Amino acid sequence: MYAWIWRHLPGEWQTKTATALGLVLVVAAVFWYVVFPWVEPKVQFDHGVVDRPSPSGSRTPG
Amino acid sequence: MRMVIRGMGELCITAGLILMLFVTYSLWGTGRYTQGQQNRLGDELLKDWGKVTTERVLLGKGLAMIRIPRFGKDYRFVIIEGVERKDLRKGPGHYPGTALPGEVGNFVVSGHRTTYSAPFNRLGELRHGDKILIDTRDKQYVYTVTGRDIVKPSATEVTAPVPLHPKRKPTEPLITLTTCHPKYSAAERMIIFGELASALPRVNRADQTAGT
Repeated sequence: MYAWIWRHLPGEWQTKTATALGLVLVVAAVFWYVVFPWVEPKVQFDHGVVDRPSPSGSRTPG
Repeated sequence: MRMVIRGMGELCITAGLILMLFVTYSLWGTGRYTQGQQNRLGDELLKDWGKVTTERVLLGKGLAMIRIPRFGKDYRFVIIEGVERKDLRKGPGHYPGTALPGEVGNFVVSGHRTTYSAPFNRLGELRHGDKILIDTRDKQYVYTVTGRDIVKPSATEVTAPVPLHPKRKPTEPLITLTTCHPKYSAAERMIIFGELASALPRVNRADQTAGT
């Protein structure tokens, strides 16, 4: 996978390295600002609230 | 065949790196969000304290300021009204419907122990007699710790007006802090009980809490 991407990047190795680094940063930013904030509440391992039926009957997650 | 194995290996390494990034996000990245919200709500609170008002605190807004001297003099969090997930992301939350600071009954506050700035990270270090300071607009309430308990996540009786005795009528102003236990887990809850020791009039000056 990575070898394939590397072969298809244009230019000399310097340009390739720069483009690759840029791609890594973009992917990391997408995860950090978009994917993680969305996933985090779903896999939250830190609940501080004692469960209490709210008026609507749903649990209050912490 | 070789291509497939190599591809799998690369995928595993990539997944591992993403997971590490996610752990960083959970433990540190979420705290930056909380800090931003705390700063905003803290400013709002101090501004509101300058006004004379008797209106109710809205859900998701700042209610009071909590300080615990044992955790250092910089330890300060705005208590949010509400304990929904979105409220607790901003800071420790007050259970709506439980007593307000200083009122007879139980002032119940819940907070994250690890993620989201981990306001209640060091709750386990509190000892008998330690002070919990709650600043409201015109009073500073000094609560002292009276006990600690580890309970099941379903133990709602700790939030009763008289903790652990849901049927009794409250006669004293109490405080209860809840957080998760053990750290990085949701298996149990750590509960800190306290009682009101004194209530001091607060000098209504913004810099009293903003300056330190």
